[in-house]
Amino acid sequence: MAVKDIASGAAEDNIRKERIKGIVFQVFCVIAALFGIVSLGALLIYVIYEAAGWLDLEFITNTPSRFAEKAGVRPPLLGSAFVIGLVALFSLPLGVGSAIYLEEYSKQSFFRRFIEINIANLAGVPSIVYGLLGLGLFVSTFGMPHGIVLVGAFTLTLRVLPIVIVSSQEAIKAVPDLQRHASLGLGTTRWQMIRTVVLPEAVPGILTGTIIALANAMGETAPLIMIGAATTMFTSPHGLFSSFSAMPLQIYAWSDFPQSEFQHGVTPAAIVVLLIIILSMNGIAVYFRNKFYQKKRQK
Amino acid sequence: MELDLHKQFRVDIKEHLVKFVFFSFAFLSVITTVGIVVVLITDSAIFFSEVSFFEFFTGTRWSPTIRPEEFGVLPLISGTLTFTLVTSLIAIPTGLLAAIFLSEYANERVRSVLKPALEVLAGIPTVVYGYFALVYITPMLKSFIPQLSTFNVLSASIVVGIMIIPTIASISEDAMRAVPNTLRHAAFGLGVTKFQVTTSVVVPSALSGIVSSFILGISRVIGETMAVTIAGGNMSRMVNWLKPGETLFEPVQTMTAAMVEIGVSDVTGDSVAYRSLFAVGLTLFAMTMVLNMVSAYIKRKYREKY
Amino acid sequence: MIELDGTIMKHNERTETEQKLDTVINVNELSFYYGQTQALFNIDMRIYKNRVTSIIGPSGCGKSTMLRCFNRMNDLIEGTQVEGRILLNDKNIYDKDIDPVRLRRHIGMVFQQPNPFPKSIFDNVAYGPRMFGTHNREKLQEITETSLKKAALWDEVKDRLHKSALSLSGGQQQRLCIARAIAVEPEVILMDEPASALDPIATTFIEDLIDELKKNYTVVIVTHNMQQAGRVGDYTAFFLNGYLEEFDTTEKLFLNPASKKTADYISGRFG
Repeated sequence: MAVKDIASGAAEDNIRKERIKGIVFQVFCVIAALFGIVSLGALLIYVIYEAAGWLDLEFITNTPSRFAEKAGVRPPLLGSAFVIGLVALFSLPLGVGSAIYLEEYSKQSFFRRFIEINIANLAGVPSIVYGLLGLGLFVSTFGMPHGIVLVGAFTLTLRVLPIVIVSSQEAIKAVPDLQRHASLGLGTTRWQMIRTVVLPEAVPGILTGTIIALANAMGETAPLIMIGAATTMFTSPHGLFSSFSAMPLQIYAWSDFPQSEFQHGVTPAAIVVLLIIILSMNGIAVYFRNKFYQKKRQK
Repeated sequence: MELDLHKQFRVDIKEHLVKFVFFSFAFLSVITTVGIVVVLITDSAIFFSEVSFFEFFTGTRWSPTIRPEEFGVLPLISGTLTFTLVTSLIAIPTGLLAAIFLSEYANERVRSVLKPALEVLAGIPTVVYGYFALVYITPMLKSFIPQLSTFNVLSASIVVGIMIIPTIASISEDAMRAVPNTLRHAAFGLGVTKFQVTTSVVVPSALSGIVSSFILGISRVIGETMAVTIAGGNMSRMVNWLKPGETLFEPVQTMTAAMVEIGVSDVTGDSVAYRSLFAVGLTLFAMTMVLNMVSAYIKRKYREKY
Repeated sequence: MIELDGTIMKHNERTETEQKLDTVINVNELSFYYGQTQALFNIDMRIYKNRVTSIIGPSGCGKSTMLRCFNRMNDLIEGTQVEGRILLNDKNIYDKDIDPVRLRRHIGMVFQQPNPFPKSIFDNVAYGPRMFGTHNREKLQEITETSLKKAALWDEVKDRLHKSALSLSGGQQQRLCIARAIAVEPEVILMDEPASALDPIATTFIEDLIDELKKNYTVVIVTHNMQQAGRVGDYTAFFLNGYLEEFDTTEKLFLNPASKKTADYISGRFG
């Protein structure tokens, strides 16, 4: 055996060719990994730069206007807050309750599989179809008025529910059986055990998933359009049956305005407001997730 | 001392009630699915009594609100397929290569920064992506593609492609990390380069997860609405794939964009146009349902056992 | 035949002397570190051509580490450091200009847990040659058949070469891994406890196979099973706490060990 065979200089085999392929490949992989992040970064920097002059307290407190200097986002901002608040109110009990049923009460059966498959399917349905559901069910069938806060909240709740259920399930699953048995062994009822042992443990995980889902809901536009929400409102909603607009809807409306002060001033400002809210919510969710993992590590 | 071990009626009722309430919450998901199907089908049924299946599925003109009204869905399907194809061509290779980087080449520190950064891409609302496409990307592309029209497929595809990368990357990466290290060692032990190990052992061994991530991504793109509505324009047309320039640089209307157009217009609940909304919605729902089921099937049936 | 504690050992020919044997691998003052922890201390030993060398010792003594030094598989772990030299035919494999990938084509490895690729039987054996650039169908078929025959697996799988390798039993999978290693024509085959995950019958198969293999290859085998070392090895190295305690012909090491610690280990007083 020729020992020089194993030196890097030997060329009769295909190693050098493969190595070159490998380096080219690795370069492409790095580019791919960074492409999205760098592109988005550039876009974000640009939009912040354009929003800079237009984002001030007046912007938050004014109502929308044809005139760029006077334009503000108060009504859609309050609309978003109101609707998302209601979505949180509805989806938490429904979602956590469903998860509790699936994890704590039901046994591994065809029926349970059926429900879980259903939930997985619902997570994959395009959000605009939820808008159609809202339109056909709440507006047409139940006769509720178009574009009111309550209908918007119901529709988005249905959209968000599958995600809340799945993340609550994960959080509940993570609670060790040992603790459940400890509680039951002392003679508590099932519900007492869930209420006092499982739920407190699972809260950070549940909150993480729910907040992320709510952050997504803040950006939802199509379902709200379908149920008749206005793309621009000049008054803020004051009750469950008020008409409303939402931040993404206002952004959609303004994206049609060709004037430079809008395209490169007002609309970027609105976008930045929305992004700040969404990224903050994601940040809070990550904070809870870290707390959740710390608890797990302490065991 | 007497022990009272009998069941307490009041407590029992409460426990059963709680269980029943939670059960009905869970059952709500089934009701939601039924609701979606019923709503879509009933309004579509009425629609198809006014507009024949034939006209809907073979007509090449979509004009629900402008006279003469025609309800051929092919331009919309053509628009959706075109947009999905171009977006997938951007998102799938990028997502897969990014996943390979994260799984096989990056160290823990890089991963801990890169993964959350990728998740941010998915958290930006599609309205915002649509705005970026229209106001930033299109003008920039116009400077070296002068024939690019203001509303076009390319810009929308780029931004939605960016948005979908995390979906493909994270599922593919999970699939690749699940490949046991001993398989990599076996290949290394034979004297092959890292590139060969990655492409000839790791990726094939994770294939079912990778493919199902592709299908999932495609399904998401089909359902994507606002970005392509804002940046793609309102003109529905039959896309001519033989002319790539025309395909990419001209406006397009997807099924979802068409639904939004009807949604913001003045149609009343009693018109054919209103009901056409549900017919298109039903088609869209069917397409994404099938894809999601195929994705789940592939993941289950071809799951590699190591 | 020589009896040792009821185990029957092969009788090694006493006529061969060290000079008549070719030294394939020469280990010179090798020390090895996992980060700050030293795992091997100043190892000196030789691996002789066409012989089986067993490495034995209690858990954690460094035998697998030693094995992985021969084909530089330890390079895949972060933070490892090597001092000293390992000479393959008088060239230090840790030299800067040595390509580990190329090295591993000459020194193959079989692992403790059988790890066939989730591909067909044929594709497993043909994997190495394919990766090295051989794509000719007939050539690959020829190589596969030869390798499977040498691994004593051909008859059992020749009718189902395109079935998944995972459909084979544990013992068959391990022989497949051996065939896969042989297919790239290495000079040396390293085996890390190759039979420890297998049942006794499959183990016997493997041991007989090793006996056959040494006609064409040089084998280094790590084992925690002393009887196996006695049955299979021509030479035995006894490692203890990262030191090479003793190295000699198997007969001498087992019957007349020079070190008391060796004697204690062999007689089962510890380990």
